[in-house]
Amino acid sequence: MSVCTLRINDHDIAVPAGTTLLQAAQQATIPIPTLCFLEGLSAVAACRLCLVEVSGADGREEPRLLAACVTAATEGMRVQTHTPRLQEIRRTVIELLFTEGNHVCAICVANGHCELQNLAVEVGMDHSRLPYRFPERHVDLSHPQYGLDHNRCILCTRCVRVCDEVEGAHVWDVGWRGEHCQIISGLHEPWGDVQACTHCGKCVDVCPTGALFHKVDTSSEKHGHPERLQRLMHARTHQQWTP
Amino acid sequence: MATNRSADAKPPTRRITIDPVTRIEGHAKISIHLDASGAVETARFHVTEYRGFEKFCEGRPFTEMAAITARICGICPVSHLLAAAATGDKILAVRIPPAAEKLRRLMNLAQITQSHALSFFHLSSPDFLLGWDSDPARRNIFGLIAANPELARSGIRLRQFGQGVIEALGGRKIHAAWAVPGGVRSPLSPETRDQIRAGLPEAFAIAEQGLALFKQLLDSQLREELNVFGNFPSLFLGLVGRDGRWEHSGGSGCGGIRVMASDGSLVADGLQEDDYAGFLAEAVEPWSYLKFPYFKALGPEAGSYRVGPLARLNLCDRIGTERADRELLELRQRGGRVVTASFLYHLARLIEIVACLEQMEQLLDDPQITATHVRARASVNCHEAVGVSEAPRGTLLHHYRVDADGLIERVNLIIATGQNNSAMNRTITQIAQHVLTGHNLSEPLLNRVEAGIRCFDPCLSCSTHAAGQMPLQVQLFSAAGELLEERQRG
Repeated sequence: MSVCTLRINDHDIAVPAGTTLLQAAQQATIPIPTLCFLEGLSAVAACRLCLVEVSGADGREEPRLLAACVTAATEGMRVQTHTPRLQEIRRTVIELLFTEGNHVCAICVANGHCELQNLAVEVGMDHSRLPYRFPERHVDLSHPQYGLDHNRCILCTRCVRVCDEVEGAHVWDVGWRGEHCQIISGLHEPWGDVQACTHCGKCVDVCPTGALFHKVDTSSEKHGHPERLQRLMHARTHQQWTP
Repeated sequence: MATNRSADAKPPTRRITIDPVTRIEGHAKISIHLDASGAVETARFHVTEYRGFEKFCEGRPFTEMAAITARICGICPVSHLLAAAATGDKILAVRIPPAAEKLRRLMNLAQITQSHALSFFHLSSPDFLLGWDSDPARRNIFGLIAANPELARSGIRLRQFGQGVIEALGGRKIHAAWAVPGGVRSPLSPETRDQIRAGLPEAFAIAEQGLALFKQLLDSQLREELNVFGNFPSLFLGLVGRDGRWEHSGGSGCGGIRVMASDGSLVADGLQEDDYAGFLAEAVEPWSYLKFPYFKALGPEAGSYRVGPLARLNLCDRIGTERADRELLELRQRGGRVVTASFLYHLARLIEIVACLEQMEQLLDDPQITATHVRARASVNCHEAVGVSEAPRGTLLHHYRVDADGLIERVNLIIATGQNNSAMNRTITQIAQHVLTGHNLSEPLLNRVEAGIRCFDPCLSCSTHAAGQMPLQVQLFSAAGELLEERQRG
């Protein structure tokens, strides 16, 4: 196995070739905020929260902004994870996510257990500097057990990936383009009408916000369970099905 | 407070504006219209804020309604929480576990206690204790703290007790989304029950202190107020228990809605909240966001009614607890079987605090209160439901219609303050006619008019949820009814 060495902030690190910058940073216990990324699923670099400044790669010295979750470490890379520029970008990304949808934390099922909310605190978003768009979006409660509130969806596509890559049902997809983008079930049918759905609830477990939820949950009652996916993936990989 | 003699240049008509009305919950103004001789013709209570809850709840899951509607108000969120949860129970078509019903009752009693403590000690007592003629800059809670720190402290402590119970049950003092369709989220632990019980003796002592003080004032310097602060016949409406007892919750012990006339005759009894549209109607005036509900069968004039603490005490045969029943008897000796003096809303509030504390004591002694089965689960089984609860200010109705999946299609909220709207307008007109003349428009007299509103402890943030047009219309009429000037916006 070939190894490459790189520098993240002030740490010199050696990692196997092919390791992503996010994995390398985790190895060096350097936290990089993520939202769409979830261990066990493919990385799509949709949220842009894990952007880092990279120089010294491919002979280019000027720092470039690259998503740590999909950028492979290369020999001689120099990576900065928390510059003022990056902090500003991350706060702006969170503000864009909040203003683009209708996130009313106080009454949300995920209030207090929401990854978006936690990140807003982490990046210091005490208010939004951008105007709220208040888009008109609807709620799909047609499924017997679960609900989908498009107002709270940040298009991280975790649900799309877990349903396709892990459950193999491919109920979810992304429909439309640009500002009209939204998660769709089946061929843009009500969720309850999609026969491919196995009712497994993995999409609800991995949703980072209150967009996907159990219908019996009321305000603040939803607890996401991304760790269930990791346990499942570990069991599949290592064929260890008992704790 | 400002005096605007808008027609000084064109006698003989004048309009006096009190804007804003202070020490109430919300934003409003009062306008007083004088006739040619300078006598008060009419007074109007204008509610100038708009919320829009009934509209933006549309499209949301009904399970969120408790959390959303609780946000209508920071003073009495529990009232909306309980009414919304009760409506949710009916949409699920479940009977909630007995412990959940008792816990909801406990929270409502705590809510009524803290809200009444706020109204009496913080908002209204500066008028009685510092006097109508005192400096307006000091006629408030801070003036009260300076003049009577012990009483101010007691009021704060009593409110703290009520808020503490709400926090102990729901996890937070304000906007605890703890009551949910099907019951409540968490049971009461024996330790928490004991903590609540430990606070009761001090709360009883403060309530008794307030009662003794106010009764003494009524017997001495507040005699005139009894007669002119909204003393008129009207209907009274509210919940009563199955056996005629004082009731504050629409649960299993509730005997429905009772309507009583000032002479004590029953106009209607055992009315069910589900049929409210059959016996209640709402009139709309262009000069206020607040609607004017009335008892449909008698029309807008004769059908106007009062709700709230005084109505509840008038309607019940007895309260059902020793100390409160003793005070109820004394109230009736003071004001008759049906008390029509709106100023006695203040006394009714203090009596209700005693009733709440006694009933809390009974509930805490009930072994079932710490049962752990507190939530029934079901899916949508009913598409339209009406829930009812007695808020501190009166009867509160939530009416939801949902689609097959449980998404809200229509919301109607009938709020206590709105139901007292006609009575508030009649009260300020009566006070203005009694104390104001064209040549005597002093600050203390105008304050009396304002205080007439405080008798009802209105919560305008709750009551202005309804859709309506922006009522920025000012009209100036001559004594002959001729429109002198009109300005309109929107």
